[in-house]
Amino acid sequence: MRDNLLMLACLCGGVALGAADAVPAVLLRPELSVAALGLLVFQVGLGLGSRGDLRGLLRAFRWPMLLLPAFTVASTLLAAGAVWLLLGAGPLRDGLAVASGMGYYSLSSVIIVHENAAACGAAAAARLGAVALLANVVRELVALFGCAFFTRRGGSGAAIAVAGVTSMDVCLPAIMRAAPGPAFLPVALVHGILLEAAVPVLVTAFCH
Amino acid sequence: MFRILFLLVLGAGVGYALRRVAAVRRVDRTVRLTVCFLLFLFGVALGENRELLGQIGRVGGEAAAVALAGAAGSFGAACLLRRMERRKGGRP
Repeated sequence: MRDNLLMLACLCGGVALGAADAVPAVLLRPELSVAALGLLVFQVGLGLGSRGDLRGLLRAFRWPMLLLPAFTVASTLLAAGAVWLLLGAGPLRDGLAVASGMGYYSLSSVIIVHENAAACGAAAAARLGAVALLANVVRELVALFGCAFFTRRGGSGAAIAVAGVTSMDVCLPAIMRAAPGPAFLPVALVHGILLEAAVPVLVTAFCH
Repeated sequence: MFRILFLLVLGAGVGYALRRVAAVRRVDRTVRLTVCFLLFLFGVALGENRELLGQIGRVGGEAAAVALAGAAGSFGAACLLRRMERRKGGRP
């Protein structure tokens, strides 16, 4: 919660300084955001590789566990892509890039802004980044507050799928509280880890 | 895309090799700081874009539609998977 508030404060602080044209020129240099994004993706990989529970997870791993993340990715892209086309909000790949965040709002929005800026211009890239940020925040909130409902109606797998990347962190306590037993812990962790690795790759693949 | 994939795989390899180093296992903290910095820069881009601030209602509507569609799609797919597993006699 404290981290989310800090992130919100940074975003709002940036909006306020940007609106007031009070940003030091050095912070507007594109190389700075490229370097920071590269550093972020490297650190995400570092975190995945150095997980202390990796060995336990590998022991609990069963091949059918891969089905749930595959279903989550395919169904998210299918449903969100269809709605994006119905809304007439822009090219399909933009909608797929937004949906590919799977609840990872911070990483997906900054990748979209950075990767689209050269092809579409900074203003259009910022707009799509804002859609991605809000869409993935909403998904996380839906997953968090609807966890008990999803578990009741579709089982723990449904709650894990809706949570997307957050099935391994933010939503994990809620998922495990609603789950019938501890057997779903490795399923939720494997699901979250695989999606965390997939998000930067998918989002970048759908960018211009 | 390949740069992102390369950095991700490189990070995972380095993380695995250095997994016993305590500082590496605390990378979550530096991830949060980097994310905060990038969100600040993103906020600056949003704040400078007066046209976008004027369209915030439409942007929010598109975002909510994509989020709800993605969540509903995932829910449906997970229910379908559960039904397939039950038919096969797998786990509930």
